[in-house]
Amino acid sequence: MKVCGRELSVLTKAEFSRLKKSLNRHPTETELQMVAAEWSEHCSYKSSKKYISRLPVSGARIGNDSGFDAGLIEIGNDLVLSIRIESHNHPSAIEPYGGAATGVGGVIRDILSVGTRPIALMNGLRFGDINGHDSTVNQHTRWLLRNVVRGISDYGNCIGVPTVGGELEFDSSFNYYCLVDVVCIGLGKTNEIIANLADIDDLLFLVGGSTGRDGIHGAEFASAGLVHENRSAVQIPDPFLKKTLIEAILEANKNRYIKAMKDLGGGGLACCLSETSHNLGKGFDVDLSHVRLREEGMSPTEILISESQERMLLIVGQENRELLEEIFAKYEIDFSIIGKVCSGQKIKIRHNSEVIADIPAHIVTCAPLLNRKSARPSYLKRKYGPRMDSPSDLGSILLEMLRRPNICNRSWIYEQYDSEVGLRTVLKPGEGDSSVLRLGDGKYVALSIDGNSRRCYFDPYQGTLGCISEAVRNVICSGASPVGLIDHLQFGSPEDPEIFWTFEQAVAAIKDYCDFFSLPVIGGKVSFYNEKNGLPIKPTPVIGAIGIGNNLEKVAKARLDTRCSIFLIGHTREELGGSEYYASSHRTDSGNIPMLHLAEDKRNALAVSNLISSGVVKCVHDCSKGGIAIALAEVAINGNTGFDIDISLASNTCNRIDRLMFSESNSRYVVATERPEELIEILRDSRSQVHCSMLGYASDSSANDTIQYRGGQKILVNLELEKLKVAYNNSLESRLDDVRV
Amino acid sequence: MKKIGVIVFPGTNCDRDVFYVLSEVMHLETEYVWHNRQSLDGFSGLVLPGGFSYGDRLRAGAIAAHSPVIYEVKRMAKDGVPVLGICNGFQILIESGLLPGALVKNEHLNFACKWVDAKVKNTSTPFTKLFEKNQKIRMPIAHGEGRYVAGGSTIKELIQNDQIVLSFLNENPNGSLESIASICNPEGNVVGMMPHPERASELVLSPVADSIDGLTIFLSLVHFLDDTYMK
Repeated sequence: MKVCGRELSVLTKAEFSRLKKSLNRHPTETELQMVAAEWSEHCSYKSSKKYISRLPVSGARIGNDSGFDAGLIEIGNDLVLSIRIESHNHPSAIEPYGGAATGVGGVIRDILSVGTRPIALMNGLRFGDINGHDSTVNQHTRWLLRNVVRGISDYGNCIGVPTVGGELEFDSSFNYYCLVDVVCIGLGKTNEIIANLADIDDLLFLVGGSTGRDGIHGAEFASAGLVHENRSAVQIPDPFLKKTLIEAILEANKNRYIKAMKDLGGGGLACCLSETSHNLGKGFDVDLSHVRLREEGMSPTEILISESQERMLLIVGQENRELLEEIFAKYEIDFSIIGKVCSGQKIKIRHNSEVIADIPAHIVTCAPLLNRKSARPSYLKRKYGPRMDSPSDLGSILLEMLRRPNICNRSWIYEQYDSEVGLRTVLKPGEGDSSVLRLGDGKYVALSIDGNSRRCYFDPYQGTLGCISEAVRNVICSGASPVGLIDHLQFGSPEDPEIFWTFEQAVAAIKDYCDFFSLPVIGGKVSFYNEKNGLPIKPTPVIGAIGIGNNLEKVAKARLDTRCSIFLIGHTREELGGSEYYASSHRTDSGNIPMLHLAEDKRNALAVSNLISSGVVKCVHDCSKGGIAIALAEVAINGNTGFDIDISLASNTCNRIDRLMFSESNSRYVVATERPEELIEILRDSRSQVHCSMLGYASDSSANDTIQYRGGQKILVNLELEKLKVAYNNSLESRLDDVRV
Repeated sequence: MKKIGVIVFPGTNCDRDVFYVLSEVMHLETEYVWHNRQSLDGFSGLVLPGGFSYGDRLRAGAIAAHSPVIYEVKRMAKDGVPVLGICNGFQILIESGLLPGALVKNEHLNFACKWVDAKVKNTSTPFTKLFEKNQKIRMPIAHGEGRYVAGGSTIKELIQNDQIVLSFLNENPNGSLESIASICNPEGNVVGMMPHPERASELVLSPVADSIDGLTIFLSLVHFLDDTYMK
């Protein structure tokens, strides 16, 4: 059978015979396509489910999230936060504008479908070389980056949800490809969370966009390596419709007209109907001739699996039908009633009078899980550290590091996003280590997402631990207490045992961290088949940490003030594997990657939390890419204030001063205070046994400022602050300026 | 009583923010006005908030300018009622003919969201009367089409009649002629501006210590209405 001129993908032989056995008959063509969509890797998690089900999900603050598309956290005062992470990698790699925009659209619907208002977006973006010698790669990377950002900007800005932060990484394993991860948080009232219940004869409303041929086979398209550029698998965004849909649905929900709700995403109506029916434990009777179409001559199968955007399925009691219709009329939103809830647990799908599917929902939704082989990658056997002499001019190396695409200022990107609509954004992008949004009564949520594909390539277990630690550190830096994690596990093909091994390691790291810190995983996603022309990406788990703070007055920023003493909390080891310094100066990724010492990580985090809550420090910044040297430069640039420090005073076990400056050891924080004695007192009193080193002082005034790094009496770097600013601020912009849209 | 109307079109997205500042921060009686409303009797001031009315289709503000409520806005404006258009609201005021000129795509072609400096040039409008003349203020912008352009004679008139209310200082973030950030009608009661005063009305949201210049715009309105009612 052909749809849009393409042969429809079908099940494997084993899956087909399993389906036949459970049905006790041959499936109809429509049933087969419904099952194929739902049993795709993208929808069924057939390779990963066994692993991710081991992650801890329950915690004191987690609401009951059965059947919900977003994770929920109760935050007191009858308020609930919802959170969701999604990606749109394949679509963005071939059509960056539409792919990124619909990625935002999808995650917004997940937040909406639990009855919460989306209040903030973040994104994690990964691209190929922007710096390398191959100009074709560079050009392609720029084209992708520019259009992904424009897609997110046009969509997010229009729907009035602020994009408050994110992260960006460049690595050659993403050449001709990209990762576009989107996080959305929502806020709602406990008693307005969708009940997700249904009764016999309730109506099925299909609301919002009409159904067309766009996005046919998006789910299966995302469940294979990217070889052909199948543009019809990319959906078309309509942010204006989304904005009115958000308002209409929230108004209907406030009036309690909606009993259950689900968004239409991967696998379209087919997956939406079967998953909803299965979750509710009720049957559906649906007539596809009632679906509003935007194209003529669509076959019933095309209608079922289309992934056209901006559509939601609502289950509504007969008694509220007219009231709901009035709300849709007010917002000028189209809808149709496509069927109703019935007894039993079967989905019956008709097209006019003909029954084309009649299948128990659980058969569609319970895909047979797979046992994938795993093997430790052979590339890990190679081990060599770079043999390079200490560089003589550390100043020019520092400037070069500040210019690196993985470090430099990201304002070219975030200034294209409306980051303030909604009046919640306390820390603007770039002001602090995490995004901070006020929730009312002094309460706030802090959010950070982090990934590091280079480290995870060399050690997926330690690399993943490092990502989690960094995300949590960022939340700590703003003065919040972590309450949960989200994860997005992105890899190449799970059919490759070496890739699958890296996936297992990443999951093990998340589990071990969560167990040690008693943190739950509030939501997550797995995305396999991130490959272009058979070349897989490096393992890329992206971790989000969510924290709650209770005192907005004490939110710390990554900004140095004049007349402060500068301290480093934490210990530096010679851990430069996968570091920016090695990539920059030694053109290599190898060496020892940073190990996470869980107990030390916890001690340092608690100590910094104490210092912030006591009000002693107002400037806190996490040491990550580029190590202490870059962390100090960043707080100086943000605060427009220079400093004079002796780096050899930092607690360390490094053999060389350049390695001490740029090592990327975990669990370290730069803090600055006007009351150094109090800081020392607090750390001593709490017996926290953390490594705390006083490095030096910020300048007395910000006129004609310089930064100075010393090693004992020896001056290592002495530069005007202005030079650092130029290197840091203009780097990304100068790389992207010359590109046409 | 002074009641302020916040006009909402499909796609407006700063309506809740403006409503919040007027009602929760300023403690004014505030009411949402849906775009198809026929009468605005009883309102003593109107705000058209920012956003993407009708998804910016055709041109930013072009479709909203033909909504039923706009005829009523025009009538009220003629009667001297203060009308403030912020961002997309400014675009709608221009498209409806209440203010001259045009707002086109930013010169650098990108959306721009950042805090900028501006100079207050006209302190006689209902929204700027509490500022000092030439006072330097700071507010955020967030727009893709905010570059003010107009024919030479219009610009000349704007200058002559003191209709330029705010102009960007130090940096012109969108390429506007004369660095225009805000203009008013010749009578001064209809003001359109690209910066978002509602985002600069609370200290906790301000990246600049001690600066909440947006609030002064709404305080000016209250001051103006008090004066009017006293007379």
